[in-house]
Amino acid sequence: MKITKAEVDAVALLARLELTPEETETFTGQMDAILAYVEKLNELDTSGIIPTSHAVPVENAFRADAVRPSIGVENALANAPDRVEGFFRVPKVIE
Amino acid sequence: MELFDLTIHELHERLKKKELSSVEATRAMLARIEAVDPQVNAYITVTPEEALAAAEAADRRIAAGDIAPLTGIPIGLKDIFVTKGIRTTCASRILGNFVPPYDGTAVAKLKEAGAVIVGKLNQDEFAMGSSGESSAFGATKNPWNLECIPGGSSSGSAAAIAARTATATLGTDTGGSIRQPASHCGCVGLRPTYGRVSRYGVIAYASSLDQVGPLTRDVTDCALMLGAVAGHDPMDSTSIDTPVPDYTKALTGDVKGLKLGLPKEYYIEGLDPDVKRALDEAIETYRGLGAEFVDISLPHTDYAVATYYLIATAEASSNLARYEGVRFGHRAEGAANLIDMFRKTRAEGFGAEVKRRIMLGTYALSSGYYDAYYLKAQKVRTLIMQDFLKAFEKVDAILTPVAPTPAFRIGEKTSDPLQMYLSDIFTIPVNLAGTCGISVPAGMSGSGLPIGLQLIGRPFGEETILRAAHAFEQATAWHQRKAQL
Repeated sequence: MKITKAEVDAVALLARLELTPEETETFTGQMDAILAYVEKLNELDTSGIIPTSHAVPVENAFRADAVRPSIGVENALANAPDRVEGFFRVPKVIE
Repeated sequence: MELFDLTIHELHERLKKKELSSVEATRAMLARIEAVDPQVNAYITVTPEEALAAAEAADRRIAAGDIAPLTGIPIGLKDIFVTKGIRTTCASRILGNFVPPYDGTAVAKLKEAGAVIVGKLNQDEFAMGSSGESSAFGATKNPWNLECIPGGSSSGSAAAIAARTATATLGTDTGGSIRQPASHCGCVGLRPTYGRVSRYGVIAYASSLDQVGPLTRDVTDCALMLGAVAGHDPMDSTSIDTPVPDYTKALTGDVKGLKLGLPKEYYIEGLDPDVKRALDEAIETYRGLGAEFVDISLPHTDYAVATYYLIATAEASSNLARYEGVRFGHRAEGAANLIDMFRKTRAEGFGAEVKRRIMLGTYALSSGYYDAYYLKAQKVRTLIMQDFLKAFEKVDAILTPVAPTPAFRIGEKTSDPLQMYLSDIFTIPVNLAGTCGISVPAGMSGSGLPIGLQLIGRPFGEETILRAAHAFEQATAWHQRKAQL
C-alpha cells in the first residue's frame, strides 16, 4: 500500500475537506492506484536535471505603481454568503 | 444551409454586404439552442436578452461602416470565463450563484470586436476531466451519438460547434481540454502556446499549464478567433509580449517541403484501428501535397501522464484553496467554527473528481513527499520539454493522433480514474512543453464518430500548424460533415 486510510484522513484535513467514511475508503484505493502508477517516474535518473516550474522563461513582470480604479466595496461584497456593514461575516474563529 | 450552419467568415461576408443582420443570425442561433440543446446539454446558461442587445449594437456598428471579423457573430464561452453580470459556475456547485463583477481579458476582447455572446457552456467541473461527465449541471452528450461523451473538459465548447448551437466558442486546455473534445466532436480546436492568450478572468486550474483557445467549424475561423484574443496583457504576468500576426495570412494552402515529424512513441500497438487508418490516410494526403515526413523520437512520452497528474493536481490544490465560503459562492450551514465551515462547504461544493485531485495534489505537496513527487515531476517535465526542442531541430511540426480511441460511451470510464487519465496521453505532452497544438477533423470511425489529427508546433509556431491544418482541410471534406440532430 502506498497510502493508508489514516493518511487520507490527514490529507483531507490539510486540504480542508470533510470526507465521508465511504469517500475515505474510495479515495484510499484510487489514490493508491494512482500513486503506484506515478512510481514509474523513478525509472528515470533525474540527478542534475533542473526542475521546470514554468514552460517559458518568466521574470518578474513589473508595471507602474499607479493608482487605478478598483471594483469598490459594494462589488467586492456583492457575492458574499454573509456580510455585515462593510465586512464578510464568518463563524467564530477564536474560542 | 441554415444560418446556424455557417462559419464566421461566411456570416461575416453576408453581414458586410448587409444581406443579413446580426439580430437575424443571433435569433437563428438562439432558436437552434432552444430546439436541440435539451438533447445535448452543451449550455449551462443561455443569455438571449444580452445577446440580442449585443446583436443590435453590432448592427448599428456595421451600419456605420465599422465591421471587424467577429462583429455580430454568435459565440459561446466555456463557463470558466468570468463574465460581468452573468452567472459563472465553472460547472461547480461551490460557485453557487456567483455573478462576476468584471469581464476577463479574452471576453473583453471578443466584446470589443463586436462578438455576440449567446451563453456559457458546460464543462468538466473546474476543467478537471476528459469526458464532460464531471459537471454539476449534468453530462454533455456528443451530438454525433448522444450515448457517447463529447470529450472534455471543454465538452460544451466542442458539442456546441458539432450541434451548430454556436458559430465559434472559447475553451481552455490544461492537458488536452480543447484538442480532445474537438477531435471527438469533429471540429477544429487550437491550444495556443503558453503565454499567447491572457488568462486574466479565467478560473485557474493548473497555472503552469492552462491556456485559452478557440473551437471552430474550420481552420479559417480558428485563425480569426486566435487573432482576436491573442496578445500581451498587463493583467496576466505570464502573457508574453510578442506581436500578434494576422493568422489568416498563414493560410496559403502551401505545405510543399514542410517537414512533419512522426514520433514513434505515438504510433503504438493498441492504437484504435480507426484512428490508425485516419492517421495513415492523413499522411498520404500530406505526401500528395508535397510535405516531407521525418521519423522522430520523443523518448519521455510514456512519463507524461504521471508527470501531468502530479503537477496539475499540486497546482489545483493550491488554486482551489480560495473556495472557502467566505467571499463568494456556496457556504455550508451549521458549522461549529471557521475550519469546520471550510471543510463542510468544500465537502458540499466540490464533486468527486475535484476532491480527488485536491487530495492528490495536497499529498504531493505535503511535508515529506514534496521531493519524491512534485519536484521529481518538475524534473521529468524538463526532460519532456527537451524532447520537443530536439525534435524541432529536425522538423517544422509534429503529426500525431489526438486521442487513442474515438469517443467512448457515457459511464464507461467514470469508475476508474486512472483509465480516464490515460485517455489524455497524446495531448498532455504539449501542455508540459508549453507549446501549441491543433486538432483537425481527419476521419470517421466505423460507428460514425469523428476522429481528429493533431499538429504540434514550436512555441509561437501557431502560423505553421494553422497553415498545415488549413492545407489538409482544403484537401479533404471531413470538416463539412454534420452531426444529425
